[in-house]
Amino acid sequence: MLGFIVRRILTAILVVFLTSIFVFVLLYKGVANPAGPVCDAQGRCTAERLAAIEASMGLNDPILQQYGEFAGGVFTGRTVSFGETEYDCPAPCLGVSYGTRGLITDELVDRLPATISLAVGASIIYLVVGVTLGVLAAKKRGTATDRVLVSSSLVVSSIPYYLFCLLAYIFLVLKYPVFDETGYLPITEGVGAFFLAMLLPWLVLGLFSSSNYARFTRGQMVETLGEDYIRTASAKGVSGNKVVFGHALRAAIVPIVTIFGLDFAALLGGTIFTEQIFRIDGIGLWALDAVTRPPLDFPVVIATVLVVAVIITIANLVVDIVYGFLDPRVRIS
Amino acid sequence: MTDATPSPRGATGSGPSTRTVSTAAHHATTDGKPLLEVRDLKKYFPVQSSGLLRRTVGNVQAVDGVSFTVESGRALGLVGESGCGKSTLGRLITRLYEPTAGTIEFEGQEIGQLSNKQMLPIRREIQMIFQDPYSSLNPRHTVGTIVGTPLEVHKVVAKDKILPRVQELLEIVGLNPEHYNRYPNEFSGGQRQRIGIARALALQPKLLVADEPVSALDVSIQAQVINLLQDVQREFGIAFLFIAHDLAVVRHFCPEVAVMYLGRIVEVADRETLYHRPHHPYTQALLSAVPEVSQLTTGTRRERIRLEGDVPSPINPPSGCSFRTRCRLAKDICARVEPPLLQVGPTHKVACHFPGELGKAPDRPVTARLLGTDDAGAPDPGATPAEIDSRPGFGPTWYDLEARTVTSTPRPGA
Amino acid sequence: MTSTPTHASAAPGAPLLEVSNLSVRFPTHDGLVQAVSDLSYTVRRGQTLGIVGESGSGKSVSSMAVLGLHDPKQTRLEGSIRINGREIIGASESTLREMRGKEVAMIFQDPLTALHPFYSIGRQIIEAYRIHHKVSKSVARKRAIEVLDRVGIPQPQSRVDDFPHQFSGGMRQRAMIAMALVNDPTLLIADEPTTALDVTVQAQILDLLQDLQREFDSAIVMITHDLGVIAEIADDVLVMYGGRAVEKGPCKEILSHPEMPYTWGLLSSIPEVTGDVDVPLVPIPGTPPSLLNPPSGCAFNPRCTFRDQVPGDLCRTELPLLVPGGRGPGHEKRCHLPDPDAVFQAKQAEILVEAGLDPHAPTTGEDAR
Repeated sequence: MLGFIVRRILTAILVVFLTSIFVFVLLYKGVANPAGPVCDAQGRCTAERLAAIEASMGLNDPILQQYGEFAGGVFTGRTVSFGETEYDCPAPCLGVSYGTRGLITDELVDRLPATISLAVGASIIYLVVGVTLGVLAAKKRGTATDRVLVSSSLVVSSIPYYLFCLLAYIFLVLKYPVFDETGYLPITEGVGAFFLAMLLPWLVLGLFSSSNYARFTRGQMVETLGEDYIRTASAKGVSGNKVVFGHALRAAIVPIVTIFGLDFAALLGGTIFTEQIFRIDGIGLWALDAVTRPPLDFPVVIATVLVVAVIITIANLVVDIVYGFLDPRVRIS
Repeated sequence: MTDATPSPRGATGSGPSTRTVSTAAHHATTDGKPLLEVRDLKKYFPVQSSGLLRRTVGNVQAVDGVSFTVESGRALGLVGESGCGKSTLGRLITRLYEPTAGTIEFEGQEIGQLSNKQMLPIRREIQMIFQDPYSSLNPRHTVGTIVGTPLEVHKVVAKDKILPRVQELLEIVGLNPEHYNRYPNEFSGGQRQRIGIARALALQPKLLVADEPVSALDVSIQAQVINLLQDVQREFGIAFLFIAHDLAVVRHFCPEVAVMYLGRIVEVADRETLYHRPHHPYTQALLSAVPEVSQLTTGTRRERIRLEGDVPSPINPPSGCSFRTRCRLAKDICARVEPPLLQVGPTHKVACHFPGELGKAPDRPVTARLLGTDDAGAPDPGATPAEIDSRPGFGPTWYDLEARTVTSTPRPGA
Repeated sequence: MTSTPTHASAAPGAPLLEVSNLSVRFPTHDGLVQAVSDLSYTVRRGQTLGIVGESGSGKSVSSMAVLGLHDPKQTRLEGSIRINGREIIGASESTLREMRGKEVAMIFQDPLTALHPFYSIGRQIIEAYRIHHKVSKSVARKRAIEVLDRVGIPQPQSRVDDFPHQFSGGMRQRAMIAMALVNDPTLLIADEPTTALDVTVQAQILDLLQDLQREFDSAIVMITHDLGVIAEIADDVLVMYGGRAVEKGPCKEILSHPEMPYTWGLLSSIPEVTGDVDVPLVPIPGTPPSLLNPPSGCAFNPRCTFRDQVPGDLCRTELPLLVPGGRGPGHEKRCHLPDPDAVFQAKQAEILVEAGLDPHAPTTGEDAR
């Protein structure tokens, strides 16, 4: 098992490394001169000033050397210079934002709690609601309950998410202010306020995703309930509910956990629509702003891509390890 | 394989080598070569460690040195329990797997190491029938496509002649030729197996490898399919390698039968000998375990030989004879020396140190002198090991177990 | 296992399981599937009843009904099933649960799929025991080790924590039997318990079942398609076709003097490892009947080669009754043929003549040499 984990961690590191090179090269090679916005921001931009800034930013160096400096900064810290201005960027240094001139690492740490809060709350809702409804539908398969559950879940899934989100905001916040203004408040500023502000985003994201989980769970459960070992359990005299939850769900939960792990990682990478509409200052909104607001904030884009890459590789690793615990057949001895 | 077999020399010197060619030694075809000759074939599947560096820590020795021949138009049965390597062997012959070692000669041509492209013309000649008629037919293809595809791939008939040929094939296997545009799910299990047989027959192969062709079918349907296969064999002169766990089905179909245990052939003989006078304790146990109706109706209940425990792991097979861990006859020599597949009759080979009919096993290993060891299997410096003919098929001479000499005259009454 | 059977109510030889006029039907979109029709049989303590039939004959469906395992909403059950005198059909779910696993235990065909892949063998046996015995986990665990030992699992103290995939096929079936035995049931239903196993392992399992039956004087219903297994283990045999009993009686009697063409067909379509290899296999033509639209008259008539020997097209128009045959009251058959035993002997002789063999020489069973 240990060898397996170590091997997987090494692969994960390789994946993150390759992703970072890929994004770095693509952005620095493919898009307009990154020195341009810096130069513009410092008043009238002459050709000489631009050249000086390019040189100070190291843009004339070979691309791999630039990458080496960036990567080195992550581990040892470095000095980032924009023409005349220099910023000391301690490890782990992901660079300095072109837009705010703040350290990327600091901004990341500022925004991560909002995204994590959103992801955790929403995923608890969709896991609990989705799996419960799925089990219920599977248990009552073929009945009216089953048909109502499946078709309503299909209706929810067929609405585009941004519309679902927007309608919820318009009706529940603006038109009928059931919920006060939403957003992220640090939990240190009051547990009640935190929960109140996050409740609607959690519900919207959680309930929307739970429709998929309900259908997926139902499918897994129907399949599992047809297995021979379920018949064995009934033949032993195990009661109906124990058969459903103790035997069938125990087997059906394994693929659900796999999907859940990956979905949860994707949420940690930022949920652009939710954060935008409910004004939660998280990773998704940060990335969106970096791309849409001039100047194009390369360091932020690279940082967000890297964060997502790291989170997803970790999630994959965790899912594989958890899988080993859930399914004794893949447990490596 | 030629007839000029050097007689194995035992410690007593040369045996009475009267060179009358036994009538039962049927390996001599017109050109002197059997259709299929498999020699010392091995297939190991590597087992990897779960450590940081995935090293190969062992091998599943699925097939471990198997030699046999199949004559043109004949049928060789391959029986054994799950995990004995019989299915792997079938897949090696059809080259679905690549052999680890050994040779597979088909019509005199070595095919064990051919590339996929080089195999193409040979695949026409060697076809396979699978066990599960439900998963071996593509559910999205019509029967016409399934049976016609081999004709198209190998370009054996013109495009416009494919359909008439498909219909002809369907008729041969007893299906309605007008059903060519139906899908597999419209057929019952037995009918699906017929489709599989029609597909295999499409290219008029010389050898059919049938891997458990009837074991997924209902009893009353099994007989239909067996009879169909027999008709097909008679009509088209196709040779069969018939792989099955059901000893009765194999006996019914194959005039010659090989018994496998842990990747090796432990006994091979004509069916008469194998089923009535098996010499290997495993064959005896296997046969005694088959429950039969006639035992009850005629009151001839056989004594059952109980085999304890399970088949050992093919990753770490026992030393010496692989059956010794469950064998009633096992002695020291069995753990030390692997018994050779020794020819003991005109068409009978057995791999056992103590071969003999049930209850008549010899007290001392018959193989010790031949192998140059003492009775406990320790090397005997005084003995001169004999050359044991390890070639596939049956030679004109054999080791007579009673006389303990090499002979070529069948004993009367044997 | 030292405990005495808990259900001492049934005297030795008294009927333990009485199935009478059982019908099992499933309504579907395409119509009513008549899985079992008008089935009656009795099993006594210490006796083994073999139920033979092919897929769709109703042999498994009828046994599932004995445990009340059919979903009542999707099944129409008629008739009566009595276990130790207690009626199963119409009984409440809690009564059925109380009975399942305690009075009646079941063994299934493929132990790999019939055991939960994520729970250890021990946990599954412990669960079975604790449903019916209010004991602590450690007591139940001791009991689990005890039954694993009884069915021949080596080192049961450590193997009890293994998962099913760590067992070989034969050991899994032993574990399955251990689970069935843990509550000392009086009736054991074994549904193709050896079909997925190798022949030497099958022999071990059949031996084990017979040993256990002798030890606990339990009744066994053995469902199989393999007449050889029936011959080996059963006292009585019930041949099913198209959801109905077509022949039943003492095993030896039925297998030596079958009086129903379907039973003849089964016997002549299986090869044996002894006897004359030149005797051809005579398959039953055609395919098993549809349970949605069963043939009129005798369900076997479309495949029966003796239909013409019955006057008046009776086979197609009238369902034959299950009546005592010509050889005594114990042997019942469902066939219109007037003198079936004579027809059977004539048919056997005909097969032998066709194969160029002497019909008067003993062929079945005895080694011809």
